[in-house]
This record gives sequence, structure tokens and C-alpha cells, in this order.
Amino acid sequence: MQITLTVNGTQHTLDVPENTLLVEIIREHLGLTGTHVGCDTSQCGACTVHLDGRAVKSCSMLAGQVDGASVTTIEGIGTPEALHPMQAAFRECHALQCGFCTPGMIMRAIDLVAEQPDLDSKAVRAGLEGNLCRCTGYHNIVRAVLHSAGSDQGGAP
Amino acid sequence: MYQFNYHRPATMAEAVALYGEAEDGLYLSGGQTLIPTLKQRLAAPSDLIDLSGIDALKGIKVEDGVVRVGAFTRHAEVARSPEIRKALPVLAALAGHIGDAQVRNMGTLGGSVANSDPAADYPAAVIGLGATLYTQDRDIAADDYFQDLFETALTPGEILTRIDFPIPDRAAYRKFPNPASRYAVVGVLVADFDGTIRVGVTGAGPCAFRATALEEALARSFSPDAVRSVEVPEAGFNSDLHASAEYRANLVRVMAERAVGDILAG
Repeated sequence: MQITLTVNGTQHTLDVPENTLLVEIIREHLGLTGTHVGCDTSQCGACTVHLDGRAVKSCSMLAGQVDGASVTTIEGIGTPEALHPMQAAFRECHALQCGFCTPGMIMRAIDLVAEQPDLDSKAVRAGLEGNLCRCTGYHNIVRAVLHSAGSDQGGAP
Repeated sequence: MYQFNYHRPATMAEAVALYGEAEDGLYLSGGQTLIPTLKQRLAAPSDLIDLSGIDALKGIKVEDGVVRVGAFTRHAEVARSPEIRKALPVLAALAGHIGDAQVRNMGTLGGSVANSDPAADYPAAVIGLGATLYTQDRDIAADDYFQDLFETALTPGEILTRIDFPIPDRAAYRKFPNPASRYAVVGVLVADFDGTIRVGVTGAGPCAFRATALEEALARSFSPDAVRSVEVPEAGFNSDLHASAEYRANLVRVMAERAVGDILAG
């Protein structure tokens, strides 16, 4: 089937099999490998991207469902020279260990802060329920999200 | 995933026609259950008919003491809706605790209720609030809708279009979530309609049901003590690695007691 979607501001028209997943389009067709496949069963959130501005799990979406949509991946939010504030907060707070869950964590965290600017650590933990860190490094992730949201509970440990 | 044909019709009539033409069609709503199921090769439809393009299935309206929610309304939309938060806060709160945020951004009311997972949250609201479910052909009372494990009154080809939730005087929902999946091990919605009590239970049995003994006890005395006085029989309850039938029976009482406590705390 032919679909047209915008990824990180660039429009693509692709011919893909009907059973193609959004994460396969992103990684295999467009070569954007910052979006990770962790569990591949929609539990872990490593594949989180923004679909029309909201965080979704790209391993559980079909090509047809994103026809005409706008997708933002981790590559689309900042550059190495000019990090997105959430990326900068993750770096400053040492909010990653192996780094595998980080792209999904950051994409979900951006959505969380946008929808709920007045966060405390309980709300951050609840808001990140769909993202698993196998290193169990949640403490600094929560600090980073709070830091990015401007809370004085955040910041580098 | 097996190969299938994909369709995104713009109208109900087109969707129904596509289903009729398909060798073995399935409707796709938010896909948060169906797509993982397809990926595990537990289903092999010839055609997927995506309902996301049908505007008639969308929208939220509060009128005549009823909250009308289009079947293709996502959980996050119900949770955030200012109208629902005002008129029926119990439904917004329930929707805001389904799965996780990413799932709520995709999953829909109609998808969840049509699938009738025994541990889904919405069925407790459908039963507990005595909702009316609409399809393209008819309306179905909540008490007639859930029939067995993943079995509902829907016939092949039938599409849920809208669910109307009556607004009670007071209500609360409590669930004991599975800590990994956030599905309800047991969830209980207690609603008081001018002294008539409805108690909807999900997670405990093969499908959502009314706990009539609890309803009668609460109608006599609306208190946590009244809940504690009721025996909840475990016969027919689910038993799996997460919880035994006996434990679920106890949870029905504990969740009902907490819901009553929430209501009394106002």
C-alpha cells in the first residue's frame, strides 16, 4: 500500500506491505534508528514517538494508521549542538545508564510535561508507567523530568 | 504478522460493506489489543477495516442526564474531557488509569468494550452505570451485553457506535491493578442512583457482571460495614498466575469497600 506521512518535518511517500509497523517504517525504511524496539509487545515504551503531538508506541501501530499523519522521533527534537531541554536535563541529571530506554523516556517525558506542567515526583512516576528502564535507573530519570519541568525537586544529584 | 488487506472507510455504510465482502474481516479501532494479537499470530484476518476515519463514531456530548461517548473516542480524550470531568468524573478518572499514557492515546472506548477483555476497566463502568450501547442496527442494555470470556451480544459485522452513560448522584471506581500491565486484577464501580445502587465488577469473572448481593446490602445501608457483611462467592471466578479465585473474591469486597469509602469521603 502507498502511504504519505511527515516524519520530523519531512514528507515521505512510501510503498510498504499492509502489515508494516510504524517502528519498521521509522527504522528500516527511513533509517532513523534512534527509536528502539525493546520488548516488541507494547510494554516497554522504548519505541515511543509522537504522533500528531502525542506519545504513542510505534511498535503497536500499522502503516495505514499513520497515513497522512505527522510523526516526531528522537532525531527530530534537537541536535548534538542544540539539545532539546529534556535531552539536556537527562544529560545534566545523568538520567541514563545503558541508554536503551532513553529515546522513549525522553519522547514520553516531553509529552508529559506539555500536558501536565505542574509535576511532582509521584506524577512523573505515574506518567512514565508505560516506559521501562531495565537498568532500574528511574531515580535520576524522575529528577531529570522534574528539572526540565522547572521543579525545584529536580536537578543533578 | 500474517499479511492482510487494510481499509480505512470514511462512513459506517462503507465499513459494513467492506466487512460483508471480506472473507474473514476484523474491525480495527485503536489497535492496542488487536495489533499485539496480530503480531503474535493469534489472529489471521483477511481484511482489517480501520474505523478511525469515521467521524460518526467520534465525539462527546452531555445531555438529558446522560453522557454520550462515541465509540471511537480515545481513553485520553475521555480522561481529559472537561464535560465528562464535570458531569461524570468517575468515568474520566477510570479512563485516566487504563494501561499507560501511550496506550490511552490510542486505545478507544468502543474497542475496549467490543473486545470485552475480562480485566479491562471500561466494562465495570458500562455495567456499574447501567449504560446503553448503540450499534448501527440497535441498542443493547448493559445487563444484556457481556456474555462470557471475550463474548458479547455483538453479532458478526456489528459495530459499536456510541455508549450512553447515565449520570448517577454519586459514584466511585476502585481497581487493584496488575503492577506490570495495569489491567484490573479486580475493579469495582459503585454507583448510587437516588438510592438504587449498581455495582459493576471487572477482572473477577470471565466478563464484567453486577454484584447483586452487594447492591442489595448497600441499598439497605450505604456503608463500608454493609460491604463487609456480604459473602462474595468465588465460584466461576478467574484463577491464574496473578491471583486465585479466592483472592479475587476477597478483592471484590475490598475494592467495593474502598469505593464506598471514596463516595462517603465526597
